[in-house]
Amino acid sequence: MLYLALFLSFFKIGLFGFGGGLAILSLIQMEVESHGWMSQQEFVDIVAVSQVTPGPIGINCATYVGYTAAGFWGSVLTTTAIVLPSLIIMLSICKAYFWLSHKFQGNPYYEQTLRMLRFTVIGLVASAALMLIKPTNFIDATSWIIFAVVAALTILPNFAKNKVTEVISHPILLIVLAGVAGYFIYA
Amino acid sequence: MFFQLFWTYLKIGTFTLGGGYAMLPLIQREVVDRQGWIDEEEFLNMIALAQAAPGLIAVNSAIFIGWRVGGWRGVCGAVLGAVLPSFLIILAIAMVFQDWKEQPAVEAAFKGIRPAVVALIAAPLFKMAKSAKISWITALIPIAAALLIWLGHVNPVWVILATIVLTLCSIWLFSYRSSK
Repeated sequence: MLYLALFLSFFKIGLFGFGGGLAILSLIQMEVESHGWMSQQEFVDIVAVSQVTPGPIGINCATYVGYTAAGFWGSVLTTTAIVLPSLIIMLSICKAYFWLSHKFQGNPYYEQTLRMLRFTVIGLVASAALMLIKPTNFIDATSWIIFAVVAALTILPNFAKNKVTEVISHPILLIVLAGVAGYFIYA
Repeated sequence: MFFQLFWTYLKIGTFTLGGGYAMLPLIQREVVDRQGWIDEEEFLNMIALAQAAPGLIAVNSAIFIGWRVGGWRGVCGAVLGAVLPSFLIILAIAMVFQDWKEQPAVEAAFKGIRPAVVALIAAPLFKMAKSAKISWITALIPIAAALLIWLGHVNPVWVILATIVLTLCSIWLFSYRSSK
């Protein structure tokens, strides 16, 4: 039963995960929390680990949740489940590639739906962040200072794009620095 | 072809940090510039398709290129190559993470990391809103979506389905009226 639930959840995440890694996070969060496979804190920790390890966040989360919930075969199952919808949909698209590209380009139903989904996806990412603003993740005022500094540094290249801002806004560097700061403040 | 695609994607999967979007320039360099498997224009079409289709962008692109270059075998090689590095690395971390977490030093570090992760999720919203050319009126869509999920605990799947259905209905209604 656990295997079936894991498979269905991650198949659903793969099927409705529009808009890449960050947008998929809110789907994963909802699934793992409603099934009790992971606590909110664990979820944030695994997102942090995903940011500093290679590969797509969706695969990283799927593998981790599968392993913690049901061991090695659980992780094989969840990773397969999140990839499966892509395989079905993308292969259909590939098989009908020339037909589709003529049929869909400029089709108002298709183009408008994609445009609207882009707006919705922004909401999904926002909800993923909002759901994580909780006392378990923000334990004191220092947490908010770390949040503000990291957010500011990440947005910086939008205003001043150069080599320096590019380097200091890198997510891996920011996570490592936040970890070092956490060690000196809380240890 | 299986091994060539497997090897190419394994390299890309092992050395790109930061998920699907970060992989795209590397995929382009390997697949278009170095191997010449597909041309620039087809690559751009591929990105558009990989983004429009649901699922992980890195996996979608691996499927498309695998299919174009090597058929079924190509798809298997590219997808395995793209997925395997993250799978193995996370598996190794998951096996030791439960014990590490109890260490006071790791615990302290994660207390600093958690708010940073929330900021890393929230900050790209700014750029996303800008590139989607959001206006005061269209901003209502993401705001409504975020509130439904955050406070209403609505599953994001329903929000996505509602977006698709409402958009299709509104275009249909609009074109039905104007054709009358």
